[in-house]
Amino acid sequence: MDTGTFRGIITGLLIIAFLGITWWAYSRRRKPDFEEAAHLPFAEDDEQANRDSSASQQRSKHEPESDADSRKDRGDKDT
Amino acid sequence: MSTALEHPTYNYKVVRQFAIMTVVWGIVGMLLGVILAAQLVWPQLNLDLPWTSFGRLRPLHTNAVIFAFGGSALMATSYYVVQRTCQARLFSDKLAAFTFWGWQAVIVSAVITLPLGYTTTKEYAELEWPINILIAVVWVSYAIVFLMTVKQRRTSHIYVANWFFAAFILTVAVLHIVNNAAIPVTLMYSTSIYAGTIDAMVQWWYGHNAVGFFLTAGFLGMMYYFVPKQAERPIYSYRLSIVHFWALIMIYMWAGPHHLHYTALPDWAQSLGMVMSIILLAPSWGGMINGMMTLSGAWHKLRTDPTLRFLVVALAFYGMSTFEGPMMAIKTVNALSHYTDWTIGHVHAGALGWVAMITIGSMYHLIPRLFGRTEMHSVGLIAVHFWLATIGTVLYIAAMWVNGILQGLMWRAINPDGTLMYTFMESVEASGPGYIVRLIGGLFWVVGMLIMAYNVFMTVKRSDAAQQPLPQTA
Repeated sequence: MDTGTFRGIITGLLIIAFLGITWWAYSRRRKPDFEEAAHLPFAEDDEQANRDSSASQQRSKHEPESDADSRKDRGDKDT
Repeated sequence: MSTALEHPTYNYKVVRQFAIMTVVWGIVGMLLGVILAAQLVWPQLNLDLPWTSFGRLRPLHTNAVIFAFGGSALMATSYYVVQRTCQARLFSDKLAAFTFWGWQAVIVSAVITLPLGYTTTKEYAELEWPINILIAVVWVSYAIVFLMTVKQRRTSHIYVANWFFAAFILTVAVLHIVNNAAIPVTLMYSTSIYAGTIDAMVQWWYGHNAVGFFLTAGFLGMMYYFVPKQAERPIYSYRLSIVHFWALIMIYMWAGPHHLHYTALPDWAQSLGMVMSIILLAPSWGGMINGMMTLSGAWHKLRTDPTLRFLVVALAFYGMSTFEGPMMAIKTVNALSHYTDWTIGHVHAGALGWVAMITIGSMYHLIPRLFGRTEMHSVGLIAVHFWLATIGTVLYIAAMWVNGILQGLMWRAINPDGTLMYTFMESVEASGPGYIVRLIGGLFWVVGMLIMAYNVFMTVKRSDAAQQPLPQTA
């Protein structure tokens, strides 16, 4: 087998591997796992309770629009 | 630093150290850039000294912004993200501390040796062999700390950001070791083991993958954690992120030859590099769209949150420069753009618009959390910094587009008898106004970074003060 054929086969295998990864990533079976993985950044509590008086005042001021509160815990507690 | 800041489980000390040094090296590196920009306007500013000449300060600028500023930012964020998404403490505190002090030692060596004129002459790999060995040792330690932390994770899945960080760490180790393979001649002089065209190809295989893995994959790792965190919603499509990852790392490796169009490199290799560079548009934009769409339903947050604005505008610049790059890799376009200021403009669209902005957005998210605060000392100053950075980047790249196309057209203009219409010096003179606009853009950036330093200083100081009355929480 000459070098050109060998390279061609490698390229073909890489394309098949890539299509395989894509098929795997988009298969319905993977959906719940990926859902869980996508929430990993929110699985942990944010660092620590706020001990800064001025910032906590700002916080209470913004309380009504709770989605603007960047410290709202959105994930599961660390178990 | 107060022990009250210590997290019960995680090692945040090394993250804090790298985060602070990110700001410090950012100022140093960008200030060097401004000095160089000023030298191009007023050449006398090289002071007629060898140590302050353009040729010696320019590699110091690139090393400082890429490896000192970018490297510290990547290490800070990767150590933070890997701990929080794997729910495990860093593998070894001692080895992590070694990576911090070792990396700072590398940077200080660069600050000393580059102005003294020690250089391998390989772009972005100028440091001489003893420093290269130190880099290799520090980098392998970094890989061990990061990968062992992933191994010890308490979650079943490895979050996508960690995939990008891991690819960046492993690839940079391979690139650095292969490209810097050299025969030492004296303590501060070595010759590459490669010769001629092979040397050029190895160098740009390294050089382009330094862009692809250091400045792209690593910062995409940052993007995949900090954009969802700051937008407070998970990434738009986790499936797309997996396809994005594999497509990006499979294709980036092959794009290097576009740096060597119309050189002694075989023509087929040039064409291959061009084709692979064009294909690269697909994964790049896939990643950009994934980041952008994460904000769907949360766009209103951009009005009130300048940190999120930094992250989103970084993605916009990423999309723009990953469109520009493949276009410039087309040989006919490259015939106009290569060796002109257009290239410098393209690099800075990526380096300032993407790398620096995603870093700064991440730091504004990270730093208050590392120091026990909910947000930075002043959100208003983040907004000021955002506008300075955005306007600075636009001024910079617009000036370089104009200069680049001007230079490209002047260099190729010929008289009817076939002689060149312009001398090289005439194209330099025509570039003058662009150099002034670029200098102004750079000054915007440095002022922004100084504002950031003040904001960070006040955030850290206030966190120390806030802890005094509550020692029992320690």
